[in-house]
Amino acid sequence: MENLVVLLSVTATTTKPMPTLPDVIPAHAQARDHGDTLVVELGGRWRITEPRPEWRSIVGKRTPQKVRLEVRDLVSWDSSLLLLWENARRWCAEKKVTLEDDTLPAQARLLQTQLESTRVCVPAGDCAPGLFTAVGLVTGELKQKTKDIAYFVGECTLSAVSVSKRPHKFRWADCLAEMQQCGALALPIVGLINFLVGVTLAYTGAIVLRQYGGDIYVADLVGLSMVREMGAMMTGIVVAGRTGAAFAAQLGNMKANEEIDAIETLGLRPVEFLVLPRIVALAVMMPLLALYANALGILGGMAIARTVLSISPVAYWVEMLTIVDMSDVVTGVIKATTFGLIVGLAGCLRGLQADRNASGVGRAATSAVVTSILLIIVADTLYAAVFNILGW
Amino acid sequence: MPITTPRIHNSASPAIEVEGLECGYDGEVVLSEVSFSVKRGEIFFVIGGSGCGKSTLLRHMIGLRRPTAGSVRFFGEDFGAAHPARRREILKTFGVLYQSGALWSSLTVRENVLLPLQEHTDLRRGEREEIVALKLAQVGLTGYENHFPSEISGGMKKRAGLARALALDPAIVFFDEPSAGLDPVTSRKLDELILQIRDMLGTTLVIVSHELDSIYRTADRVIMLEREAKGIIAEGAPKELALASDDPRVREFLHRAALDEARP
Repeated sequence: MENLVVLLSVTATTTKPMPTLPDVIPAHAQARDHGDTLVVELGGRWRITEPRPEWRSIVGKRTPQKVRLEVRDLVSWDSSLLLLWENARRWCAEKKVTLEDDTLPAQARLLQTQLESTRVCVPAGDCAPGLFTAVGLVTGELKQKTKDIAYFVGECTLSAVSVSKRPHKFRWADCLAEMQQCGALALPIVGLINFLVGVTLAYTGAIVLRQYGGDIYVADLVGLSMVREMGAMMTGIVVAGRTGAAFAAQLGNMKANEEIDAIETLGLRPVEFLVLPRIVALAVMMPLLALYANALGILGGMAIARTVLSISPVAYWVEMLTIVDMSDVVTGVIKATTFGLIVGLAGCLRGLQADRNASGVGRAATSAVVTSILLIIVADTLYAAVFNILGW
Repeated sequence: MPITTPRIHNSASPAIEVEGLECGYDGEVVLSEVSFSVKRGEIFFVIGGSGCGKSTLLRHMIGLRRPTAGSVRFFGEDFGAAHPARRREILKTFGVLYQSGALWSSLTVRENVLLPLQEHTDLRRGEREEIVALKLAQVGLTGYENHFPSEISGGMKKRAGLARALALDPAIVFFDEPSAGLDPVTSRKLDELILQIRDMLGTTLVIVSHELDSIYRTADRVIMLEREAKGIIAEGAPKELALASDDPRVREFLHRAALDEARP
């Protein structure tokens, strides 16, 4: 009993909360039996980011009739002390033991009452929808997506018509800046990739053609594939990753920033203002990029023909011209223009659809690239079939 | 041993000491020769007109930018000279409330407050959730736990940001314009909360603001920055400054509210 009196006099003077008094005494708790009462002395610096005793380990296997919380040399405290207190309170309630805690700091008591009355709210885990629900959800989503695309393409067409009536209102400066960005600045990467595609095609072709002694036909193979297919397609894919993603991210960010709302409330059409210049820029630059890509691809094939197959560049060129003519180049250019439109539309659409937060912008960029590449390949296949029927 | 045990300091050292701080962006000096100190448990305001470098000062104090000269000491320990690992430890004792809340947009309000607890404490799941619930209740956001930042209002974002800043019971909380864009009632509640935090936990609060009402309601001491002077032009208790400052700029800044107070 004497002990207790001493303790009480100490606790009265050590209840000033000071969460960071830099002291090296870590949080500690000492349990001691006093008759059928368990006295727990709390002391040191209680910091939530630092280790501290747990209620269960303090109590151990004891079964007291009464629990008494004391403070002794308590330097500072924060929520961690409240948690211990709350744990003690629950434990006592569970074991039907009385808890004496009237010597703990008054401010802590106030917070403790708050903690006691708050209700923890953890969301229920996501439950996976059943098969039918999932199919229904996907169908509804698909319908909405189709509607969005139709609406967007329609809006673009209307804007294009309205701009064509008053071309001086078109954002030429933006369009030129985008051309620079998606065209001129893409030259190195488009060139490198297509050169390497030309090289790969030449190597692959040579494996077969060599067996028949027809090394020279590597020129035809590389030339035709580059001009008709690979030039436009590889450029489309590079541009989808480079420019389509950028469009989606730019517009998505502008949307999150309410910049698009600002354009709308100014009585302007966001599509006319933001989307058209970008799509026009891509549709103009893509064929040019594709022609450049064709040239680099052919150069790549020529380099391999010269170094590995010992075919002179002149022979290579002459052989290639026997099979590649203007109609092939034109099909490539038509495809490239289409791919440009696809990348521009997909990028801008995804950007405008983005959720208004950071991850929304990220998803928009990803989705723009995936959509673009998918549509490019589908369009390429369709063109192959159509050109086949037309005999081009 | 706990990893966050601080070195033994002179326990009399103030919470923050700024000495000869010079800050700026890209060679352009915004503030120079800024020196002041903040006592423990003090509510300290940095005031001044727009563009005077209040937020710049804050960013330099919390280490987001390196000052070009001078030093910042927290509880006697030099922050700028500290080892990066040690600096991260010191940072754990700060809470920062950014101007627009700066909530992580992909996390719910609850997860935003939970994240510091998950990263910096060894609490059990249930305990963490209890703390989150307590902090959210303190800022009056009970019931919005599972909303995403994009689904709540600007004032709520700010309060959620405050709950997150307070999650680890920091020793020092920095506020960047806490009441800007809040309605008067919410703003008043925030002021009450600020006082409550200080009174309960003895937290030191550094507040960047130009809301006169908040300054008069809560500030113990203010420093006033000025763009031309590139530094502090006044320091003291706001009411005293408003009535007794020799500098007309200071009186002008603080006067409107002082007049309101004097009105019957």
